[in-house]
Amino acid sequence: MTSLPAHTEKKLGLVIDLDTCVGCHACATSCKEWNAGGYSAPLTDQDAHGADPHGAWLNRIHSYEVGEGEASRTVHFPRSCLHCETPACVTVCPTGASYKRAEDGIVLVNPDTCIGCKLCSWACPYGAREYDYDDGTMKKCTLCIDRIYNETFAPEDRIPACVRACPTGARHFGDLGDPTSAVSQLVQEREGFDLLPEMDYRPTNKYLPPRPRRDSQSPSTAPATEPALPRSTGSLADQFFAWADKTLAR
Amino acid sequence: MHPAYSVIIFTTTSGAGYGLLIGLALALRLGIVPPDPLLGFFGLGAALALVTTGLLTSTAHLGRPERAWRALSQWRSSWLSREGVAAIVTYVPAAVLGLGWVFGEVMPGQLAVGASLSVLCALVTLWCTGMIYASLPTIRAWDQPLVAPIYIALALATGSVLLTLLLAAFGYPLRAAAMASVAALALGWILKARYWMAIDAAPRTHTAEAATGLGRFGTVRPLDPPHTQSNYVMREMGYQVARRHATKLRRIAAVLLFAVPMLAALLLLLDGSAPIQIAIAAVSTLSAAAGVLTERWLFFAEAEHVVVVYYRGGSA
Repeated sequence: MTSLPAHTEKKLGLVIDLDTCVGCHACATSCKEWNAGGYSAPLTDQDAHGADPHGAWLNRIHSYEVGEGEASRTVHFPRSCLHCETPACVTVCPTGASYKRAEDGIVLVNPDTCIGCKLCSWACPYGAREYDYDDGTMKKCTLCIDRIYNETFAPEDRIPACVRACPTGARHFGDLGDPTSAVSQLVQEREGFDLLPEMDYRPTNKYLPPRPRRDSQSPSTAPATEPALPRSTGSLADQFFAWADKTLAR
Repeated sequence: MHPAYSVIIFTTTSGAGYGLLIGLALALRLGIVPPDPLLGFFGLGAALALVTTGLLTSTAHLGRPERAWRALSQWRSSWLSREGVAAIVTYVPAAVLGLGWVFGEVMPGQLAVGASLSVLCALVTLWCTGMIYASLPTIRAWDQPLVAPIYIALALATGSVLLTLLLAAFGYPLRAAAMASVAALALGWILKARYWMAIDAAPRTHTAEAATGLGRFGTVRPLDPPHTQSNYVMREMGYQVARRHATKLRRIAAVLLFAVPMLAALLLLLDGSAPIQIAIAAVSTLSAAAGVLTERWLFFAEAEHVVVVYYRGGSA
């Protein structure tokens, strides 16, 4: 059924910290590795050793330059399915292959009934769905449904592969429908936000903004005032050193 | 958006087929054409052949065409599913009309009911086709109130051109069909021109700043791409036709799809000998076909998906 559940018991999702993400792509590669063998298998590549290698990945890491001049910063930005509360990718699906689970809110594609019409990818503003050219079906983040409920795994491994792989702890997994959960508290504390909120897809995943720069106004981090230099005596040697200093400083 | 040939051929071919079906049904209902079994056979045959060719071509767009039947199940939420259901339902009144027309009525009123329901079902199907695109808020050029009406108007325009050719070939009076054709072409032209103005004026409301939530720190510019080669998202959603090419192609589409067939229809209103009339109608049909293919190609190529802001910054 591609009609959406009236409400979901849980809202499982990710919280991604743009402050600590270093853009290492470990989440993307471990996602690809896990999902090439898990629920989403096969997650194929085309022309892998040729001139135009490409393939279906469920997680993509952009790097942006944000702001102007000295105030600009580099922000690494992982992009994957946000498991929206009102996902048009689900409602446009003609076969019922795309669905949102009532129990935990995860948006999934049934690989056995997807016809590969690609309409869901047109309906998604986040580019979260990628077409598997070999399999002829649509692939997307499953929130590692085959890990998080896997009781043969040690409890610390029952989290999505991307969260497990992140070396800086920039990815958090949990129930965003429960206001007391660690992820909800984190979102509250750090003022987590939605992507493209005006489109009203109501993403479950939240992003945490980069923290203020350390060189900004606060007194403890304000740049030290220049130490007073001994006054020049105006000698030829002083003039030479002043010239050399200026030249080298360029 | 990537202009997929399967979808372009599907929407134009089945559109013309439904337009011809509507034209024939109305013409019979209004007594403009005689209930000639041969005309019914070839006319409705051509209409249904076009529709069927289009529908079959559309399955070439699927990764798993053997599962296409599953697309009939989600009509509660999906316009694509509704279109599939409506397309199949339309065959029923078309068959009732066709059998009555070719072999004679089995029941009184068969032609009237078949014709009326054929018109209704064909219009519903065309509306569903348009709504597949018009219901996507992610694509500015499609999220427009004129999109679905244009799908209907262009189906009527191309269908009426075909009907005129058919009547010319059968040597029946084609005055009424030619006049209807002028009206449908004019309607299509007006709507399409307004549509092009509307998409040029539509504001680009979705920005890279909102897409990343980083607008509070200033403008957002791509620094390092997430991958070195184009992925599916860029191949499918990142297709873009150059602005000056689009302007040229709009003009070509307008001339081929609207101007030439209108001129042809006006010429047909003057009396002419049968061979000349057939030649004019044939040229008109070829021109309209080339025009509607160009128009549909542009419909995709000019459409910009919001996801591109992740890759190139700016707004969409």
